Amino acid sequence: MNIIEKILASASGKREVSSGEIVEASIDAAMIHDLTGPLAIKSFRKIGAKKVWDNKRIVVILDHIVPASSVISANLHRIVRNFVEEQNIENFYDVGRGGVCHQVMPEKGHVRPGEVIVGADSHTCTYGAFGAFATGIGSTEMAAVFVTGKLWFRVPEVIKVNVTGKLPKLVTAKDLTLNIVGKIGADGAIYKGLEFGGATIRNLSVDGRMVLCNMAVEMGAKAGIIEPDQKTVDYVKGRTDKPFKPVKSDPDSVYEKIVDVDVSDLEPQVAVPHSVDNVKPVSEVEDTEVDQAFIGSCTNGRLEDLQSAARVLKGKKIAGGVRLIVIPASQEIYLNALNEGLIKTFMEAGATIGNPNCGPCLGGHMGILAEGEACISSSNRNFVGRMGSTKSYVYLASPATVAASAITGKITDPRRLKEEV
Amino acid sequence: MTIRGKVIKFGDNIDTDVILPGPYLVHTDPNELAKHAMEGLDPKFPKKAADGVIVVGGKNFGCGSSREQAPLALKYAGVKCVLAESFARIFYRNSITIGLPVLVCQGISGKVESGDTVVVNLQTGKVEDRTNGSVFKATQLPEFIMEILDDGGLIEHLKRRIRSK
Repeated sequence: MNIIEKILASASGKREVSSGEIVEASIDAAMIHDLTGPLAIKSFRKIGAKKVWDNKRIVVILDHIVPASSVISANLHRIVRNFVEEQNIENFYDVGRGGVCHQVMPEKGHVRPGEVIVGADSHTCTYGAFGAFATGIGSTEMAAVFVTGKLWFRVPEVIKVNVTGKLPKLVTAKDLTLNIVGKIGADGAIYKGLEFGGATIRNLSVDGRMVLCNMAVEMGAKAGIIEPDQKTVDYVKGRTDKPFKPVKSDPDSVYEKIVDVDVSDLEPQVAVPHSVDNVKPVSEVEDTEVDQAFIGSCTNGRLEDLQSAARVLKGKKIAGGVRLIVIPASQEIYLNALNEGLIKTFMEAGATIGNPNCGPCLGGHMGILAEGEACISSSNRNFVGRMGSTKSYVYLASPATVAASAITGKITDPRRLKEEV
Repeated sequence: MTIRGKVIKFGDNIDTDVILPGPYLVHTDPNELAKHAMEGLDPKFPKKAADGVIVVGGKNFGCGSSREQAPLALKYAGVKCVLAESFARIFYRNSITIGLPVLVCQGISGKVESGDTVVVNLQTGKVEDRTNGSVFKATQLPEFIMEILDDGGLIEHLKRRIRSK
């Protein structure tokens, strides 16, 4: 069996499962946030349930519009806080306590290899970076999980993505991820699992691996997953005392297909409007003017991302007429970035720093785009209207490319900037 | 269960941000959500859908976020059924959960046009375009999903199951 089959078999009390089979799996952790939580709570009440199945396995994180930007969003937070208190939910991360949910989950020790995790958010697939089976579900299905602790899944076919070669300087996990999305396509992995492996993946940091699994859903995948290794175990052990058992794919695992990617000559990549699989090498879109640059989100708001952006921005100023918004993905990352002097570098360059939350990624607040404006962003979606006006344009790229573009005011290969300096 | 209605057709990769833009996720009343259904592509959609329509899409309909508010907005705007070449999985599950019939119907996006009258038989999966006479075979829904749809969604289904125990 492959790693996903093994995890689902174990969670549903079976010795063996294979793709196409429908299983009912026990859930190890279930996460809601401020935009999907209220609807889940509403459905929980409609079902007529009084108590959640396990107050220790539910994680509640306020992260999409925090602090509240309006009375309506403040009311949503209130609904969530009341539920947390009523159900005595142990793991609650309020404003200033956590940050972006997909960063907070592993950071606070709620993700372990071999587990089954559901979240009422599509980017829940991020936790596959730790060898867990994790997937996004809707609010009402989450209410059913809150009541029963179980959910049915169709065991997915799995596509193996085998990555080899050394990433060139200033070419990052995000560039690799965008390249893979371009190859597989926005609907290339619908209902399927994506297992990322190969020497390049082994050499990626935990931060980098999270980028790949985070964007699995942009190919339609049910889950992205990476076999746990020593790096995974070291990270997880530093965050949780609970026992876990890493699961690996058997050598004779069945895959629907294997996609080979060599990164040795990879250029920085950019996904151009308005679809995530509309991916081009940066050289083809250079000189496209931008009004705003955003570094943050569950895809690229981690310490490694801020370090990479700061290396490009150090001692430089962003272009006149450009707004650079930097939002660390969690309180912990924010503090580390402060201690390392990264925040100082950003501020000296002319950036605005936001508190940890999803910010402008989904057009909620903190950097909404006007009609006709273009933004280069380290986030995950460039759909029509995603960050504001339906007549605005979002280009997705790595934090280094976003930083370089903020300096010139045009989409820029960060390597070119390094050479010029 | 037979559904009849006029078609409003969209293309490939219709994402949840155009079905229901992020800023409206703060609303919990489905009738409020319905006012903004498909706003990213056609702000007049709720008006056009008010009397009941069938939405036809291409590949990967509903891709993007896990927001259950997307199928809710469509349902309350007047969408009786969505037929598409393929669906994104969270949108598909959410639609069943809230009682909006969604059927994979290969070949439909090339042959059916906006304004055509279409009749869908959920039991057999037969889809007929009464305007141009073309007939399609949609993937039949398994019995347990039909039961959820018959009950009007997962909540009503769970309640009925609890009652009948």
